[in-house]
Amino acid sequence: MNTATANINSLTDKPFHYCPGCTHGIAHRLVAEALDEMDLRGKAIGIASVGCSVFAYEYFNCDMQQAAHGRAPAVATGIKRVLPDRFVFTYQGDGDLASIGTSEVVHAANRGENITVVFINNAVYGMTGGQMAPTTLLGQNTTTTPMGRDRLVHGYPLPLSEMLAALPGVGYLARVSLHSPARVRQAKVAMSKAFSCQIQRKGFSLVEILSTCPTNWGLDPVSALRFVEDKMTKQFPLQVFKDFDQEVNE
Amino acid sequence: MPKFGLMKGNEAIAEAALRAGCRAYFGYPITPQNEIPSYMAANMGLHGGAFVQAESEVAAINMVYGAAGAGVRTMTSSSSPGISLKQEGLSYIACAEVPCVIVNMMRSGPGLGGILPAQGDYFQATKGGGHGDYRLMVLAPSTVQEAVDLTYTSFALADKYRNPVMILGDGLLGQMMEPVTLPEPISDLPSKPWATTGCQGGTPRIINSLYIEADAMETRLHHLYRKYSQMQREEVRFELYQTQDAEVLITAYGSTARIAKTAVDRARSNGIPVGLFRPITLYPFPTEQLHGICTHVERVLCVEMSMGQMVEDVRLAVNGACPVQFFGRAGGAVPSPSEITAQIESMWAEVNAQKEVNR
Repeated sequence: MNTATANINSLTDKPFHYCPGCTHGIAHRLVAEALDEMDLRGKAIGIASVGCSVFAYEYFNCDMQQAAHGRAPAVATGIKRVLPDRFVFTYQGDGDLASIGTSEVVHAANRGENITVVFINNAVYGMTGGQMAPTTLLGQNTTTTPMGRDRLVHGYPLPLSEMLAALPGVGYLARVSLHSPARVRQAKVAMSKAFSCQIQRKGFSLVEILSTCPTNWGLDPVSALRFVEDKMTKQFPLQVFKDFDQEVNE
Repeated sequence: MPKFGLMKGNEAIAEAALRAGCRAYFGYPITPQNEIPSYMAANMGLHGGAFVQAESEVAAINMVYGAAGAGVRTMTSSSSPGISLKQEGLSYIACAEVPCVIVNMMRSGPGLGGILPAQGDYFQATKGGGHGDYRLMVLAPSTVQEAVDLTYTSFALADKYRNPVMILGDGLLGQMMEPVTLPEPISDLPSKPWATTGCQGGTPRIINSLYIEADAMETRLHHLYRKYSQMQREEVRFELYQTQDAEVLITAYGSTARIAKTAVDRARSNGIPVGLFRPITLYPFPTEQLHGICTHVERVLCVEMSMGQMVEDVRLAVNGACPVQFFGRAGGAVPSPSEITAQIESMWAEVNAQKEVNR
């Protein structure tokens, strides 16, 4: 169990501001562990986005640039094009990436930009107080879908990873979850794989992480994990969509 | 590329940028500036730089933010509707203090407007443009040679102040061909220890515009405004033409100023003591310098290719020292020398009538 408490160089000592039961902290840890293990911290530039993870630049112990809502993949493109030997990643939520930033992520992926996107999908706008996200489940209550998300009024949960999987510029693409220790370990493998994809210049890489938001879901932390397992994984099946060194579709 | 040649305004700006050390360009097609991205696409690679045709103006300015944040001299260009789309990014860039150069070859507006030259983006360029308290430095060339010189200088100014600098031209300047002498390619670039290039063994750097606590945000704003004050003291540029004995003074910038010069010459040949005050920096505006001249002229005429925007800064500068009138053509229409001369003659008649009354 030593590894769970080991010092992580790629995280600062600043305490996370995230709510109890939120899995952002685990996701940060996975990114940081992968940076440490692959010795990337010194050549990494991270892009913080807008939303609950806006303060990511205070938590990741590497060079960081904060981006406007949804624009992180464009900022990452600018950096990577002038510093192709550095490691460039973005950390974005579902509102940021799948709503206001759809254009930026789709075109970065389609250009095959050698960047890595960490995509936190918790089916809700967290920081602004629980509004409907593009990934909100049908029937899910949010402050802007008080009667539940209705497909006839609000449309369907957006399957962003499935959409990106169609693009030849994508080298690695996986959807993982953090609702159990076994899934956390799988998520770690996916993170390392995505990072490798960038290092080997195999194109755009993205890890979609199904994450919890107990505060805005109105659930206790354990029930929130159960919601991910029982509800979210039905809408957003866990899978490796693309893997640069083997054609996988499981 | 010869050092001397006949060049189109847009291409001359692109070449001057490369000679100034610009090694990243991100843009999106829009008329009348398309020669800039085409030139960059053809030539940036020869210099080992980065060129990306972005999916949108919004993406282009954010790519600028990223590349310039990584310490590379970076440029984008567009025209009026496209510049509107870049305003979000410019606000972030100004607050985060990332140096870059933006070219706006203005066309008529509002809305989709038209593709013919206009100067209707003066307010947007000089008063901030995006949200929050900030300013761009704004340079307004009136010839292709001056566009070359100011483009070359703009990268140094952007680095000096860690602030976005806008080259504000219009479709006339972008499309016309004139002889130019190109500057020598720059060899020494300033170091940028603040840039996010990977911290290696050092302390991580953060480029950011989020200041969630009021005190911190206000401190940041005071810091930005100290830079703007320094620009006012050190960077004001303007041209005086035939102003020594002028009793009527034209104010005009960019393409309009060169038309006004012809009008001044014609009116002078008819014996009217008229001169031209041409702001080159629109921000910082040459407020004190214009006021100084207006203490000994009788009338000021501000000429623009707009419905009247710079005239507001002219009135603030003149500050009641003499009457200020406005003449503008807009929507893509260009004022002719004879139209401006007619305005000068009418004002000169007013000045003489006033002299009669005072006698």
